[in-house]
Amino acid sequence: MSESVVDFDVIAKILQKHKNDPSKIIPILQDVQKEFRYLPKDALLYIATTLNIPPSKVYGVATFFSHFTLEPKGKNIIKICDGTACHVKKSGDIIKALKKRFLLKDKKVTSDDGFITVETVSCLGACGLAPVIVLNDEVHGDMTLDKVMKLMDDLEA
Amino acid sequence: MCINREELVKLKQEMDETFSSFKKRVVLCGGTGCMSNGGDKVYDEFLKVLAEEGLDVTVDLKKEDKGKDLSIAKSGCQGFCQMGSLVTVLPDEILYTKVQAADVKEIVKESIKSDGVIDRLLYLDPRSEKKCKGVKEIPFYAKQHRLLLKTCGRIAAESLNEYILNGGYLMAAKAVLEMTDEEICRDITESGIRGRGGGGFSTGLKWDLARKEPRVKKYIICNGDEGDPGAFMDRSVMEGNPHGVLEGMMIAAQAIGADEGCVYVRTEYPLAVERMNKAIVQAEELGVLGNNIFGSGKNFKVWVMEGAGAFVCGEETALMASVEGKRGMPMPKPPFPAEHGLFGSPTVINNVETLATIPVIMAMGSSEYNKIGTKNAAGTKTFAITGHVANTGLIEVPFGTTISEIISDIAGGVIDKDGKINNDAFKAVQIGGPSGGCLTKSEWDLPVDFDSLKSVGAMVGSGGLVVMNDTTCMVSIADFFMKFTQDESCGKCTPCREGTKQMKSMLEDIREGNATPETLETLKDLGKNVQLASLCALGKTAPNPVLSTMKNFKEEYDAHVNLQTCPVGECEDLIEYDILGETCIGCTVCARKCPVDAISGEVKKIHEIDQDKCIKCGVCFDVCKFDAVKRG
Ligand SMILES: Cc1cc2nc3c(=O)[nH]c(=O)nc-3n(C[C@H](O)[C@H](O)[C@H](O)COP(=O)(O)O)c2cc1C
Ligand code: SF4
Ligand code: SF4
Ligand code: SF4
Ligand code: FES
Ligand code: FES
Repeated sequence: MSESVVDFDVIAKILQKHKNDPSKIIPILQDVQKEFRYLPKDALLYIATTLNIPPSKVYGVATFFSHFTLEPKGKNIIKICDGTACHVKKSGDIIKALKKRFLLKDKKVTSDDGFITVETVSCLGACGLAPVIVLNDEVHGDMTLDKVMKLMDDLEA
Repeated sequence: MCINREELVKLKQEMDETFSSFKKRVVLCGGTGCMSNGGDKVYDEFLKVLAEEGLDVTVDLKKEDKGKDLSIAKSGCQGFCQMGSLVTVLPDEILYTKVQAADVKEIVKESIKSDGVIDRLLYLDPRSEKKCKGVKEIPFYAKQHRLLLKTCGRIAAESLNEYILNGGYLMAAKAVLEMTDEEICRDITESGIRGRGGGGFSTGLKWDLARKEPRVKKYIICNGDEGDPGAFMDRSVMEGNPHGVLEGMMIAAQAIGADEGCVYVRTEYPLAVERMNKAIVQAEELGVLGNNIFGSGKNFKVWVMEGAGAFVCGEETALMASVEGKRGMPMPKPPFPAEHGLFGSPTVINNVETLATIPVIMAMGSSEYNKIGTKNAAGTKTFAITGHVANTGLIEVPFGTTISEIISDIAGGVIDKDGKINNDAFKAVQIGGPSGGCLTKSEWDLPVDFDSLKSVGAMVGSGGLVVMNDTTCMVSIADFFMKFTQDESCGKCTPCREGTKQMKSMLEDIREGNATPETLETLKDLGKNVQLASLCALGKTAPNPVLSTMKNFKEEYDAHVNLQTCPVGECEDLIEYDILGETCIGCTVCARKCPVDAISGEVKKIHEIDQDKCIKCGVCFDVCKFDAVKRG
C-alpha cells in the first residue's frame, strides 16, 4: 500500500498541544487519528522521536487499543452495531450480508477499491432502535436487511 | 475566582423566579435514540414555529429571561427510547410520543398557545388500550422509581443554570463547608450505597480507606468506560446530567482529600465527552470548580480522558495504566488503588452512576435513602433493558424489584416472533453483560439485588438486561459473549488468554456440528478453571455466560451435539434452506428479498437457492407465503 505523505507540521502542533508529554500518548494518537483518519507509520515514528520514547512503545499502545487503526479507511464508513441488544435482533445477518456484498473477510474490513469500510461496534447507545447502523456518521435505527441493502444501492448509485 | 455559598443560593433564587415566570415549558429528549428518530428536526421545527408565532422563548435559562413566554430544553435520554422522539409539555404534564417535525405546529397551537391535549400523539397502552396523558399514567414510568434519572430527563443537559435551579452544587457546598472528611464517609456508608460499576463494594468504606492514607496528593477517578455492549446508563447520565457527575466527584474529593479528578469516558461516546468537558468549563467559570472552592481554601480540578476502545480498561488498575499513557493491562491487587493508585497516589475509582447518586443521597438524607431497596442493597439501580420486549429503554428501580415486574410491568412484556406481546415466548434474560449469566422462567419472580443474583450464577454487573424470546439460540448467545471477552482479553495471563480462546473454539465446534459429548464436559471444566485462575475479573467472569446457559439450557446444547441440529435454526452450519419444487409457485418474492441474490428463477417457475451464495439469514423462509422454503 502506498503511504501518503504525512504533514509533520500538523503532528508537531498536536504534540505541542499536549506539551510533548509522553504520558499523554493516548490523547496524542487520538488527535493524530482524527486528523488523518488512521495512524500512518511515519507519524508513529515522528511521535516516538519527538517524545524521546522507543517506537515500540508507541506502536504497542497503538495496537493495544481497538480504536486505533494503522490502515487507511475507505471513502465510506459503515458501522454495524453488534452490541447485545442489536445482536439478538439479528445484526449478525446484516454483517454477513455486507461482507458478502463487498467481498470482505474477518480482518479485511475495507474493500479493495477503497470504496467502503465495514466495521462492527459494540452498543451505540441507541438500543431502543436495534438493530442500529451508522453510515458516514448518520445513525439509522430499526434496520432490516432490506433497508440496509437499499442504503447500499443508493450509496453505490 | 470562586463563588461562595450565599451567592450560589442567590443564583438559585433568581433562577427560581425566572423559571416560575414562564407560562409553559417544553422538554425534548436529546438522547441518541430520539435524536436519530427525528428529534433533531423536531427541535429545529419548534424554534422555527415558535418564532413564527411570535412567542418569546428561552433556550438557555438566564436571569434576564424573566417574563418570557416559555422555555425549551433538550434533555438527556428519558428512557422511553422505543417511543421516541419524546416531547413533554409542562406544567400540564403531557408526554407526546413518536413526535415528528410535522406535528410541531399542532403542538404549539393546541398545547402551548392554549391548554389542549392532542390525543393522537399520546401513548397508547397496548394492555389497557387506554391513552395515557403523562408519565404518571404510563405503566413504563409509573412502576419505576426514578431518583437519579429524573433529573436526566427534565433539565437541559447543557445548562448549568438549570442544574442550579434544581439545587445543584448546594450539596457540594455543604460537604466542603460543613462536614469533615470523616463525616462525609460515615454519612455515605450509612446510606448503604454500593458501587454501581459491578463490584458492589460499599462506597463509603472505599472512601474511608483512601481518606486514612496520610499522603497529600490524591485522585478521584470517575469510571465512564461502560464496556458492557448493550448498556448505556452511564452514557445517559453523563450526557443528561454532567454536572451531577461533577458534583458527586467534588463530594468524593472532599471525603478523601483529593484535589484532582479525572473522568474517563469511552471513545464511542463523543457526546458524553463533549458534555463533560463543557460542564467542567461552566463549573470553572462559575467558580464551583478550581481554586479556593466556596472560599474554603481547598482546590479541585477535573479533566476528561477519552478511552481508546478496550473493554479491559474499565477495570480499575487497567484504567489507571491507560491514564498514565501505558497499555491498559490490569495489575494484581493488592496494592489497592486506595493506597497506591494513579501515578502512585491514593485514588478512589467510582462508577458514573455511583458518583451521580451521591448528591441525591445527600439531598434526601442518607437514612431516607437507606429505606429504599433491600437490606443489603440500598437505593435504586438503573438498567438498560433491551431485546425482545415491548418497551426497550432505560429504567430505574429499587433493588428488590422482581424480574417479572421489570419485564412484564415496566418493559411491557415479551415480544414473540410475530411482534406480539406474549410472555409465554420468554426464554431467558441475560443480566450483567459478558460477565453475567442468564436467568430463565424459573427465576421469573426473583428479586433483583447483589446477593440474589449471585446465588443463581448471575450478577448485577453494570446493569444491562437483555430479554430473549424463544427464537434465540442460547449456544449462539454464549458464543457471542465468549467472542467478546476473548477479543477483549488483554493477554497478560495465560488462563484467560488461552482459556477463552479454547472455550471459543469449542463453542464453534458445537455450533458447526463437530462436537462430541466430551466437548461439553471439557468446556465446563475449562470454564471453571478460567474462573479460578485468571488474574482480573474479566477472565474470572468470562465463563459465566457459557456456564449458566449450559446449566439452564442443557437440552439445547445436547441437541447441537447429539442431533446436530440447532432447534431454533440460528447456527448456520447446522441448517440449510431449500425450496420445495412441488410447493413453489414462482411468485419471485423470495428472490427479490434475498439480500445477497442467492435465489434464482423465472416468474411462475420453480425457484432455486445457490447454497454457495446463501448466508442463511432466513429471509426467504420468513417471506414465502406458500411454505415452499424448508429449513433443515
Ligand atoms: C473487565 C472489567 C471491566 C469493567 N468495566 C467497568 C466499567 O465499564 N465501568 C465501571 O464503572 N466499572 C467497571 N469495572 C469495575 C471497576 O474495576 C471498578 O470496580 C468500579 O469502577 C468501581 O466503581 P464503584 O465502586 O462505584 O462500582 C470493570 C471491571 C472489570 C474487571
Ligand atoms: S484475566 Fe484476562 S483481561 Fe484480566 S489480566 Fe488476565 S488476560 Fe488480561
Ligand atoms: S416466495 Fe415461496 S413461492 Fe414464491 S418464489 Fe419463493 S419459494 Fe417460491
Ligand atoms: S436464507 Fe437468506 S441468503 Fe439464503 S437464500 Fe434465503 S434469503 Fe437468500
Ligand atoms: S446494542 Fe446496538 S445500540 Fe446498543
Ligand atoms: S433517547 Fe429519548 S428516551 Fe432514550
